[in-house]
Amino acid sequence: MAEEYFTRMGDGRRIFMTRQCIMDDIHDGVYDAVDAAGVPALSEDDMEYICDVICMKSRIVGVEPGDEAVLSNDGGQLKITQDSGGSGVGIDMSRLEAILMHERGFAHDSFELGWTDYSIKAIKPIIANEMQAIEQFNLTTTIPLLYGAMPNMGAYYAPDGPYGNPTDLMRNFKIEEAKEQAERATEHVARDITYVTTLLDSAGCEGFNLDTVGSAGDGDFVAALRGCEAYRKACPNAYINIGMSSETVLGIHGSLEYDGKVVAGMYPHDQVKMAAKAGANVFGVSVNTNTSMSYAWNVARAACMIKECVRQSPIPVHADLGMGVGGVPMHETPPVDATSRSTKIMSELAHVDGI
Amino acid sequence: MAATHSLAGGMGGMRAAGDLVARMMFGRSMKLRDAKEYVAKKLGVTTLDLVDVNVMRELREELGLGTITALPGTPKGMPAKLNIEKLLDVTINSCEHYRSLLN
Repeated sequence: MAEEYFTRMGDGRRIFMTRQCIMDDIHDGVYDAVDAAGVPALSEDDMEYICDVICMKSRIVGVEPGDEAVLSNDGGQLKITQDSGGSGVGIDMSRLEAILMHERGFAHDSFELGWTDYSIKAIKPIIANEMQAIEQFNLTTTIPLLYGAMPNMGAYYAPDGPYGNPTDLMRNFKIEEAKEQAERATEHVARDITYVTTLLDSAGCEGFNLDTVGSAGDGDFVAALRGCEAYRKACPNAYINIGMSSETVLGIHGSLEYDGKVVAGMYPHDQVKMAAKAGANVFGVSVNTNTSMSYAWNVARAACMIKECVRQSPIPVHADLGMGVGGVPMHETPPVDATSRSTKIMSELAHVDGI
Repeated sequence: MAATHSLAGGMGGMRAAGDLVARMMFGRSMKLRDAKEYVAKKLGVTTLDLVDVNVMRELREELGLGTITALPGTPKGMPAKLNIEKLLDVTINSCEHYRSLLN
């Protein structure tokens, strides 16, 4: 009987698979990426390498010396202080203490500060508080410290915001009105990003992580790009990271453009060119995990898309390897076996610049 | 999860030279290899030394770049960043702002 190896499903469940079954899933995952994103397939050697990493007997694996990559972060100190809704562990401590714990306890390469409601809209009314916070924290921290928030355009639609909800309008066949509301919300979000980022810059903020970009579709993505462009123009030394929410841009509007290109349906290797054009320094690539498929299928599919994104990118690429992206199982506390394998595969095979 | 990535493939932050490489990546859009080579050259070490705590711990102390362990009398935070700016020949926003507050 063929030997079976310990691995995971996309939802984190423990499973055992033979090497042949793992290879079969790797092939299927790669060709699913080719179909979905129109990227070249990984080579047979690449797929054998992924299989070797999955079949390693160690619980935790790591990159070979010399292949280490830079770590960035989303959510900042919230992973310590927040409730489980944001995968936080709910330890009641100051934001500065939690940041320093990441800097000096966890040896992070860079970090960020975030507000409890990690959205641009929520930061506007407390901007003076956040300017004061970043100004004070910068005196104590040594590693690059960005500020982070999501464009989160959903918060600008009814019932939470001033614009009609395009999905509700489309359900009533009000297509043109839905598009118009999305366009107006896009302008508003871009304006708010510019407002928040430039004011933080005036307090000495080192940079901004526009995180979970595209979560409300193409308008969300275009708003982030336009906001980034204005931020770059006003603050030439700012560190700007654009991190995506998922592998493709949903066409909630459908025909919104940036740099003369329709963004709906874009996959990572095209998204990154838009981010670079807008003035971002770093792009966070996100590839979704399918909970019904194995870790082998998911990580091979993610590696296939990410490798091509890195190849085509003019700027550094960080792989998003959190819960439910980059092959990492969709689980609130991702297993270290799968998580560390994704670190190794994305660094050594996809050649990402960071994680 | 952050700890897993840090152990499996991170550059070690202030334990080594991860924060310095990150500064070149975020500040100049340098890709990983270029950023490592740039920082290694400025420090006068090899790129492999950048993740070696055995090399970087003492070098950071010597150059005043901030050490991960509590060491009274050595720069951390803003003073360390002012030294990092000089070493890497970059402008850091927080340092610029700090300077603007001085008479």
